[in-house]
Amino acid sequence: MNLLSPIKDHRKERHLFIGRALLASGILFILLGLVIVRLVQLQVFDHELFAVKSQGNRVRIQAVPPIRGLVFDRNGVVIAENLPAYQLELIPEQVSDVSDTLTRLAALGLIASADIPRFEAQSGSGQRFKPVTLRLRMTDEEIASFAIQRPRFPGVNFQPRLVRHYPHDELFAHAVGYVGALNTSDLQRLDPARYAGSSHTGKTGVESSFEDDLHGNAGFRHLIANARGRQIPANTTELLDSLPMDETPDPGSNIYLSLDIELQRVAFDALEGRRGSIVALDPTTGEILALVSAPSFDPNLFAVGMSTAQYDELQNNLDRPLFNRAVRGTYPPGSTIKPMLSLAALETGATNLTRKTVCIGYFQLEGNEHRYRDWKPQGHGPVDLHDAIAQSCDVYFYEISGDLGIDNMHEYLTRFGLGSQTGVDVLGERTGLVPSKEWKRNNFRDHDNKRWYDGETVIASIGQGFMLATPLQLASAVGTLALRGSRFRPHMVAAIEDPLSREKTLVEPVWLGNVGIGNELYWDNVLEAMHNVMQGPQGTARAVGFGAPYEMAGKSGTAQIVSIAQDAEYNEDEIEERQRDHALFISFAPYDDPRIAVAVIVENGSSGSNIAAPIAKAVMDKYLKYGDDAPE
Amino acid sequence: MVMMRLSKTQRIYSSRSSGESSLSGLIRNLNIDIPLLVSLLLICGFGLFVLYSAAGESSELLINQAIRMGVALIVMLIVAQLPPDFLRRSTPWAYFGGLVLLVLVLTMGDIGQGARRWLNIGIRFQPSEAMKLAVPMMMAWYLHDRDIPPKLGHITVIAVLIAVPTYLIAKQPDLGTSILIAASGVIVIILAGMSFKVIFGLGALSIPGAFLLWSFMQDYQKQRVLTLFNPDSDPLGAGYNIIQSKIAIGSGGLFGKGWTNGSQAQLEFLPERHTDFIFAVLGEEFGLLGVIGLLALYMFVIGRGLYIAVQAHDTYSRLLAGSISLTFLVYVFVNTAMVTGLVPVVGVPLPLVSFGGTSMVTLMAGFGILMSIHSYRKLLPH
Repeated sequence: MNLLSPIKDHRKERHLFIGRALLASGILFILLGLVIVRLVQLQVFDHELFAVKSQGNRVRIQAVPPIRGLVFDRNGVVIAENLPAYQLELIPEQVSDVSDTLTRLAALGLIASADIPRFEAQSGSGQRFKPVTLRLRMTDEEIASFAIQRPRFPGVNFQPRLVRHYPHDELFAHAVGYVGALNTSDLQRLDPARYAGSSHTGKTGVESSFEDDLHGNAGFRHLIANARGRQIPANTTELLDSLPMDETPDPGSNIYLSLDIELQRVAFDALEGRRGSIVALDPTTGEILALVSAPSFDPNLFAVGMSTAQYDELQNNLDRPLFNRAVRGTYPPGSTIKPMLSLAALETGATNLTRKTVCIGYFQLEGNEHRYRDWKPQGHGPVDLHDAIAQSCDVYFYEISGDLGIDNMHEYLTRFGLGSQTGVDVLGERTGLVPSKEWKRNNFRDHDNKRWYDGETVIASIGQGFMLATPLQLASAVGTLALRGSRFRPHMVAAIEDPLSREKTLVEPVWLGNVGIGNELYWDNVLEAMHNVMQGPQGTARAVGFGAPYEMAGKSGTAQIVSIAQDAEYNEDEIEERQRDHALFISFAPYDDPRIAVAVIVENGSSGSNIAAPIAKAVMDKYLKYGDDAPE
Repeated sequence: MVMMRLSKTQRIYSSRSSGESSLSGLIRNLNIDIPLLVSLLLICGFGLFVLYSAAGESSELLINQAIRMGVALIVMLIVAQLPPDFLRRSTPWAYFGGLVLLVLVLTMGDIGQGARRWLNIGIRFQPSEAMKLAVPMMMAWYLHDRDIPPKLGHITVIAVLIAVPTYLIAKQPDLGTSILIAASGVIVIILAGMSFKVIFGLGALSIPGAFLLWSFMQDYQKQRVLTLFNPDSDPLGAGYNIIQSKIAIGSGGLFGKGWTNGSQAQLEFLPERHTDFIFAVLGEEFGLLGVIGLLALYMFVIGRGLYIAVQAHDTYSRLLAGSISLTFLVYVFVNTAMVTGLVPVVGVPLPLVSFGGTSMVTLMAGFGILMSIHSYRKLLPH
């Protein structure tokens, strides 16, 4: 120690120290007192406020998707249902090497190699704990084989969920349509509150047009979530007690179609291997009994998701299986409009029941060399209106076309519903086209093309030229013929059922009025001619109607899709299959008491009478319980 | 494990009060101050309890911290055996050695969390932690054989002795530690009886000093100060910690949400919940009562430390013991004030409770010094 330093007065020093220590600690304790005051402020006075904020922090609302309504046929057979399916999921945060895992899954055949980049992108974006769906539905074999391999795939799991399922595969693809994953435009269109939690929405057919009824309303569940939004299993009652009440989802309504599965199957099988469409309806109500567009596709592919390759194959298929020909396919109606034009001609006085024409196989306009040919090169000889329908003589209609005029044709065909939407309860229906002078003026730019030419009237009289109609329009029109002018709006949904009370609301038939042809004689004559088409001695389809146990009526049509050069020989074999004429047939039965009206179009089927008519008859047989179902 | 240790300690304590035994003699020979030890163990035990919940019920973290506590307690016992005179004589070595290490940190230290704080010489440690003890020791050493209250010239020397390590540590940057070190030094000169004129004079100087400090601060430190005054201005950024910590504490209320039931802590809304913001977890799960309970334990430790200081036998021991005790109080104040949003977030852990090793060892070594001072008090007449 430093001996030179003065002797320290320890007593004095200690007193000074005590004073200072008291002072310093006093100041510090006051500061700590401030902290305690602050704590009291936070924990006692502002407790309510912070309790609410804390609640808001941790409670997340999770939407619970409703169960989609079922679809039944008119007999109560399930056509669209919801099945539990196992989907394959990958949780990015639990997978150390996403790319390697996906490659190995592809090697097992569980995912397509082409989809790996897409899944990798999905795994890389968004919250890492949110699962990325790799497969919507795994087969039992896949589940079994994956279960064995599962230890090699940490972070890859299968999860049960409800998936839309169409048990009849291709059968109702175009009528009922399908559901598909919600996309960006769906999300902009749909009510976010109702679709919170939903993954799919109706894309086509009844699934789309009755989406509002089928979908139902989302419910809500309150969850405990952590700061990153991850759901926490609430394992303590304290965390659960204070949660608000959950709201259960409202299930979607069930839908009963007017379609008959057995009739649908007959129609579907009849078009097997062909391109075309069949629409059968009950003319007295407008209820659609069968609606087929061939070829078809498996709507389950859309509901569970498919690989890019599968989609491309459907999309690029030359036969266009995704195209709904029944409501969106527009075809030249050909001779099928002859009964309607006959009524128009009688009503306007362009012809009468006794007028006869000698058919020599072609027709020429005055002062013009062009020959408008009949389908029968040697001609039909002398024919009246009745014969012209029954034998489908083109020349008769060429001859009266000038007197009838295009605008009268337009007027009456429009009254039968051609050229405008039928108002069917399926979205995306095409209007087809019934030309008129006004239409041509408005739709052509060039001066010469704006004019309506007499030659165009001539070919319009046999349903060629500009004229286009959908199979549904033709079915509706033949139903109107069957009811002598009375029209009902075609529809596919017969009833909507409340899923909870099971109360059904029936869809009432909508009467669209009358075509306004009052003279019963005209109807008698034209319908008799249609009857003779199928069951008369010279009818074009007499081979089909011959010997049938019930009376039927119909009209064939053969729509030329390639113009044949003048005087050229028509040789079917030389024409590429896809350039052959379309075969059309419209019919109804029973003749005296119509209960079913059918329109059939077989693309490139060549002959309405030979190809399309037997198909129409098979459908009518089935519906009227003849043919295979005939009582012995 | 913790409970076992507590009960054992209580047995030791009660056996002593029931009568003389060989055990109590051993305790006295080991220079252990029973009231201090018991209160420290209570804080540590409570701390482990809170930490278990704050760390998401991770027993791994809990064992890790318990091991650190054990090491820190052993360090405390070892330091308690060192006579105060020995400590005093080695003080300049400790201080200047520490300064050298601080310079080394700035030139070749490891970088972590945006700061250069660690030195890796076989083991990785923060020299700034050692300076928490070396600085008040140096102040006490300097004033030990000088006139009390100190003269202005001495104060100038002391100011330099405080300023150099404070600056070096602030430069790392580690604002929290530099504030604590400056405080520990300033406390020594206040306890030494520096005249109030000088204190207020320096207080007045602190205003331009604050501006000077501001110019030295890193952007993130400035941001913390700014968001202190208006945390809602940046609710997802710099203000997030404070907003979430206030929600945690406030929603805890009087009695708390219960152990491991704090939604703010358990659902990870509260950042730094097992380190600097563990006080908020305590407030959320144990409420105002739990918080005041812990603060009461701290008060007891500080009170016991000041009592030891008053009883100390020489200037060095007295000033050092007083500084250690009051710096501990500063520690508690800065952390709790920071977590409750009264002062900016400066990164000071809650002593003995926050997860972390180095500060625990330093604190326990400090208490070891207190025990040593207390044991040797009777060697000189009062």
